[in-house]
Amino acid sequence: MWYYEKKLQYPVKVSTCNPTLAKYLTEQYGGADGELAAALRYMNQRYTIPDKVVGLLTDIATEELSHLEMIATMIYKLTKDATPEQIKEAGLADHYVSHDNALFYLNAAGVPFTASYIQAKGDPIADLYEDIAAEEKARATYQWIIDQSDDTDLNDSLKFLREREIVHSLRFREAVEILKDDRNTKKVF
Amino acid sequence: MYTQYKYWRPYISPNDPCPPIEIKSYSTPPHLYIGFQPSGLPQFQTAKEALKKGTLWPQLYSPYPNPQKRNERS
Amino acid sequence: MPPEFYTLLEEIQANDFVIVELNLFLDTHPDDFEAIKQFNAHAQKSMKLKVEFEKKFGPLMNFGYSYSNYPFNWVDTPWPWQV
Repeated sequence: MWYYEKKLQYPVKVSTCNPTLAKYLTEQYGGADGELAAALRYMNQRYTIPDKVVGLLTDIATEELSHLEMIATMIYKLTKDATPEQIKEAGLADHYVSHDNALFYLNAAGVPFTASYIQAKGDPIADLYEDIAAEEKARATYQWIIDQSDDTDLNDSLKFLREREIVHSLRFREAVEILKDDRNTKKVF
Repeated sequence: MYTQYKYWRPYISPNDPCPPIEIKSYSTPPHLYIGFQPSGLPQFQTAKEALKKGTLWPQLYSPYPNPQKRNERS
Repeated sequence: MPPEFYTLLEEIQANDFVIVELNLFLDTHPDDFEAIKQFNAHAQKSMKLKVEFEKKFGPLMNFGYSYSNYPFNWVDTPWPWQV
């Protein structure tokens, strides 16, 4: 089971009311390479991956949920108290007419989240390579969002999240090495 | 020694409508060169600094945007 | 919230971050004795920091990992996205 802790993993500060940035950040909320997809992907692969790497998948999945909460916090703060006019200027009027200021699992273009963003092949190498690719794609997405943002406080948190993708990618690469290594594998034929 | 950014020159046609970006770059963060992290790597001095950097180990730290940004837009 | 709330919270965030980093590292390096010692030291520090924080600002965790005052103060604001 999981417990909730009443804190963010990293402080999130936002300098301006900026619904346009919130729209871009939605990509990491309900997008194909976003934090929700990451958490669900790893959590679900755990059940069929060799025991040696179950701990890693569990822990990275858990950390991704805390990143999802950071992204939600950013979107919440960027749109809190924004007027319908500001929402409209940001190109979020079509979101607003259905959801008001509520968050929803969509990508930046407004496409709802789907389970087909994630994979579980049951083959440990295929699954871990998918995980490595997912981390690199999420890292790239953070780069492109930072390129579009001039909010220095927000970018500080986004750079933290980009760095986490790098560490996760390294750990998944190490997991592949662990599964390749046959020093401790019992050979039963 | 590796670098965290690589550069390349895309082909430029006289028929390209936008002013050309002569040099493009892409990110090659340190984890690509580590393989399996060795034990006992040096750590950031304080927990606060590790938090700010997003990692405990300076050798895994990757700055963005590129701090030595070349004239990519020229 | 008073400035102390933010400084104490950030101290917890920094210490807990080191724990997360070491935890992921140990997932793939289970025999690293020095890292385990450091992990345990930071876990102990985390408990101390949280006791101090919770005395001043209320429970950090649900389902019995924090004690409650009267009335039940788990439900009090601010929530993490509001601070």
